[in-house]
Amino acid sequence: MLETTKDKKVHEGKAAAQDQCAVGESALSWTLADGVIELALHRAPCNELGSSSLEELEKFATALQLVQGEAHALIVHSEMKPGFCAGADLRELYQRSQAMEKAEAARGVRDFLERIHRVFNLIDAAPLTTIAAVHGVTFGGGFELALACDLIIADKMARFCFPELRLGLIPGFGGIPRLKRDLGNAVVRDLLLTGRSINATKAQQIGLVSQVVGEGEALRAARSTAVQLRKFDRATATAAKKFIKPIPLDELRREIDIFCELFARPAVQEGLRKFVESTDAQPYLP
Amino acid sequence: MKTADQTLDEILALAAAHFKVPREKLDPDDDFFKTLGIDSLQTLDLLTKLENHFRVELPDYELQGVSDFRTLAGKIQARL
Repeated sequence: MLETTKDKKVHEGKAAAQDQCAVGESALSWTLADGVIELALHRAPCNELGSSSLEELEKFATALQLVQGEAHALIVHSEMKPGFCAGADLRELYQRSQAMEKAEAARGVRDFLERIHRVFNLIDAAPLTTIAAVHGVTFGGGFELALACDLIIADKMARFCFPELRLGLIPGFGGIPRLKRDLGNAVVRDLLLTGRSINATKAQQIGLVSQVVGEGEALRAARSTAVQLRKFDRATATAAKKFIKPIPLDELRREIDIFCELFARPAVQEGLRKFVESTDAQPYLP
Repeated sequence: MKTADQTLDEILALAAAHFKVPREKLDPDDDFFKTLGIDSLQTLDLLTKLENHFRVELPDYELQGVSDFRTLAGKIQARL
């Protein structure tokens, strides 16, 4: 039987996934079944996003482009007990920046941000409905990954936070423009400028979370929602999403610039050092 | 409205149940980080449990430096 272009794309996408899963300590893996792509994050301790995670996310993004025509939904979830994702791998960021010349470190940070923005923008604009099924810690870059998705379904133990100001930085993975797009400037100011974390109930009250479910039930609820999504014509759903969810490209670009400007300051290195060396039980607090 | 003693008692019961520690081992003036042996992520779990149970919001910065159950109860009581 002749392999169609579509079959070939799906085959290539699945092959890419198998290559990825063959890596011993992979940070993520994904499956496609019944039109639902499930992206599972499983890097200990809490899916910190560093260079290896980014490489795997890029492979996933490539595969996603190949198989997204075969799917109507993407669910992103974590298999790690502490939560969905604790954000950027600050230890790696600190160690790498210490090992490099200042200019080289700055270039490295900008390159990392450009790459992760490309991945998050692809997820944000994917022509299928995307759901972040979150629990526990959903901080920083983890919060930003959830914000790239169309819906957030949270178990009642989920917490959301932008703790970046403690380091003298702003969120760098697109969080501010996306939160502003979805909820408005006042919510961004509250979370960004206080650095406080909010629980799932509060997040639902302000319109961030679409469903709050019991402990350990977020993935089940996301799968149930994905079944509902299958009932709608895909082209219609894609057109609706494209209409209602523009990608704030100019602000995303500006965010990268501001992050890089701030990163160049000595105070940031000091903030990173303090975080990495901290034995405080609440190291995310300033 | 709950009394301060009721609030404290409920916090102790909730912490004991969540972290699987005998209730009688917890004292109101204990350093809960040490008694419960919890790290930063588990501290967030405790915060969420307390917020859900008492239906209050506890900004993290109000809890900075708080390490004993009695002071924690006072912070929650002020928001009931």
